[in-house]
Amino acid sequence: MSVKVMIPTPLRPHADGKAAVEFQAKSVAEALDQLTAQYADLKKHLFTEEGSLRSFVNVYVNGEDIRYLAQENTPTKDGDTIKIIPSIAGGSVTPTTTENPFGAVLQN
Amino acid sequence: MATPIHTSTAALKAGKKLSNEEILRYSRHLIMPEVGMEGQLKLKAAKVLLIGTGGLGAPLGLYLAAAGIGKLGLVDFDVVDFTNLQRQVTFGTSDVGKAKSEAARARLSNLNPDIEIEAFETKLTSENAPELFKDFDIIVDGTDNFPTRYLVNDACILLGKPNVYGSIFRFEGQITVFGMPDGPCYRCLYPEPPPPGLVPSCAEGGVLGVLPGIVGSIQAMETIKLILDRGRNLTGRLLLFDALEMAFSEVKLRKNPNCPLCGENRTIHKLIDYNEFCGVRGEEAPAPDLKVPEITPRQLKVRLERGDRLFILDVREPHEYQICNLRGHLIPLGELPRRVHELDSSQEIVAHCRSGKRSAEAVEFLRKAGFRKIHNLKGGILAWSDEVDSSMPKY
Repeated sequence: MSVKVMIPTPLRPHADGKAAVEFQAKSVAEALDQLTAQYADLKKHLFTEEGSLRSFVNVYVNGEDIRYLAQENTPTKDGDTIKIIPSIAGGSVTPTTTENPFGAVLQN
Repeated sequence: MATPIHTSTAALKAGKKLSNEEILRYSRHLIMPEVGMEGQLKLKAAKVLLIGTGGLGAPLGLYLAAAGIGKLGLVDFDVVDFTNLQRQVTFGTSDVGKAKSEAARARLSNLNPDIEIEAFETKLTSENAPELFKDFDIIVDGTDNFPTRYLVNDACILLGKPNVYGSIFRFEGQITVFGMPDGPCYRCLYPEPPPPGLVPSCAEGGVLGVLPGIVGSIQAMETIKLILDRGRNLTGRLLLFDALEMAFSEVKLRKNPNCPLCGENRTIHKLIDYNEFCGVRGEEAPAPDLKVPEITPRQLKVRLERGDRLFILDVREPHEYQICNLRGHLIPLGELPRRVHELDSSQEIVAHCRSGKRSAEAVEFLRKAGFRKIHNLKGGILAWSDEVDSSMPKY
């Protein structure tokens, strides 16, 4: 039941620079639990303090948004790919203050 | 799903023709059956508004002007600076200090004098967006911040204009087309923006210069396909580009039936205050910075020259330290909580970063941790360069 979790570039610094990690998981929740257990720093980027997925972080299983499947209870099977896609806003990013982990330059 | 851009057809019927010079200029389009004379006349009749003339706007402007888009609008309030030249290839070194919209207009006019180009040297706002958008068929979002992205999206949906969307971060790009009939909008994808200041860490932003070139070029291609009504556009798909892995992938984008903007029971009927929506402080009323004890670069210089024992703490990232440094002890802000034992609270400490913002957070953190003899270097390395040592590079 190996599931591949793809990590977007803004979050890779919190996951030892890895682009993808594989887990044995039967659901999205199981995979994300293992991911945040392995890389504790990722937790606050992906989840609110109440433990729900942040609204600007979308999760897809094989290209389908889990909001239109069974949310985090979406089952996963061997060979599935989970993608984490955060909202990014850059278009002409200047190396000035970055106030959130996804690189949105909101003010200089 | 693909819908032709109808406003163009009126101009087509008005019998616009290509001059012999234009036929020569566009000959590589004209000999393609997918474009041909009919397609080229559609391009000539089309009106496209670019929001932002920066990293994404550069390839967009160059390719759309070269392709013969009849009317291009360029919206940007910014001024060209040296740090733009690494990726904003519309501009030359001699443009530094000039208004971007005007510098881009001049460059694109030189590239293609047969098209109409209008520069709008203004910040896009909820007040001026409807007026700016109304004369254009397609809006292309090449901005760099969440408030403007939600504004562009909402204005496009309310006015019924397609929005060719692209965004980038470091090595990653996202591209799609919003605002097509029955297609999703940006709020369907991300109902809310990330709150600013979510995580008090932070590596600086940054982007590899080629990335906006690739992403902006894809936006230009999608814009041209929409005008030609050819092929399959990105409506309903979010194209993801990972330059490090050199991989493209896509995910499905669905129209959210509960979307407050484009859903069945929409609650948003007019443009709102997008800075407020995104939690960004307004320019007129900046929130007070963290109140921490400060030392100015001049004061620091005097004290160092007098031989005071000061511990310089640099809270930037290692790659920034390589650019320039004050020979301080490096502990990136994000690592400070677990490396605080490296510091001696009995010693007087001056924390600094690039601009003074991250180090203010570090000082705040350390004061809460019991450090008393600690100052923030006001204005950071940038101010040090301005006020003390002009040989210190700024970045």
